[in-house]
Amino acid sequence: MIALALVGHSGELLRALRLMVAQAAPAVPVATAGGTATGSLGTSSPGIEEALRAALRASDGEGVVVLFDLGSAALALEIALEELPDDDRARIAVSDGPLVEGSVRAAVEAAGGASLAQVCAAADAERATAKLPPDWPARPDGRGAAR
Amino acid sequence: MTEELLVRWLALAGARVAAARERLTDLDAAIGDGDHGINLDRGFRELLRRLETGLLPSDPPAAVLEGAGRALLGTVGGASGALYGRGLQRAGAALLGPGDGDPAPPDERGREEWAAIAFGAAVDAIAALGRASTGEKTMLDALVPARAAFGAAVGAGATLVMATRRAAEAAEAGAEATIPLIAKKGRASYLGERSVGHLDPGAVSSALLLRALADAAAEA
Repeated sequence: MIALALVGHSGELLRALRLMVAQAAPAVPVATAGGTATGSLGTSSPGIEEALRAALRASDGEGVVVLFDLGSAALALEIALEELPDDDRARIAVSDGPLVEGSVRAAVEAAGGASLAQVCAAADAERATAKLPPDWPARPDGRGAAR
Repeated sequence: MTEELLVRWLALAGARVAAARERLTDLDAAIGDGDHGINLDRGFRELLRRLETGLLPSDPPAAVLEGAGRALLGTVGGASGALYGRGLQRAGAALLGPGDGDPAPPDERGREEWAAIAFGAAVDAIAALGRASTGEKTMLDALVPARAAFGAAVGAGATLVMATRRAAEAAEAGAEATIPLIAKKGRASYLGERSVGHLDPGAVSSALLLRALADAAAEA
């Protein structure tokens, strides 16, 4: 089964997100890398590298979809990926989807036996998925949330 | 570049970062997220702790730079940690030969030329990772002119003391010159034109690190 690696600035945030993911898809392996090596808010490329390796092992080599949060997370993730051997990196797909929605969506896809590309595409698609119905009232322009 | 100089530089840089912690954080609070000084200070404290406890080797130079970079990558937390950390690692890698971790074979190049090669590798790595170039109100506005000044000085036969001083001066001028620029990268870019009139905190910390290098070289 495809595993998830969740990358972000806060260990607490990712621990909570892991619970949400587990509720949606308890069988999907999840590794997290949140906060710095000394427990502060921030990202750590050595920590991310470790989580990627753990997720690969947990997926039995099938593959890992990565979701991440803002700012330095993408930089640290890029460094971590560069440190992995080519054949490991080939089994990792990074999603550009939103961390919370994308993670839950990806987990549901993974639990259903989807491929690496399918799980990543599902998480990516959350980026373009409107969260509000078009007639939603409390929008700044008063005209609903239509896109 | 000798390991003694590198260790002295890192120690001095750590002290300067600690002393500038509030200033860097205030600069960052004006146009970013207000954590640059706190983050760098945390990273350098951990870096120096590793150096003191032997977790980070104090020789050869390539291993010092690699270990210093790894410490910053793991503990700074923000984009500056990724950029400085990767820069130091790539500077270290530039001192290695094509094999697996072997030092580059001795040749006619002096330590000044090797330092210029390492400096260039660091700046290239930072520019590549940040997808940035000069004029975007980033640390590159200090680092790129510093690299050019360093290379020119070494090319003209300057000693390490003189070349590092030229690099520090160029970095300080480059940092000052970020004031009228519009930020194009990172959190500061959210402000657009409102970022004009402020120093870039990353350029200021780059100048500070290079001034520490020049002072460490002058102490020898």
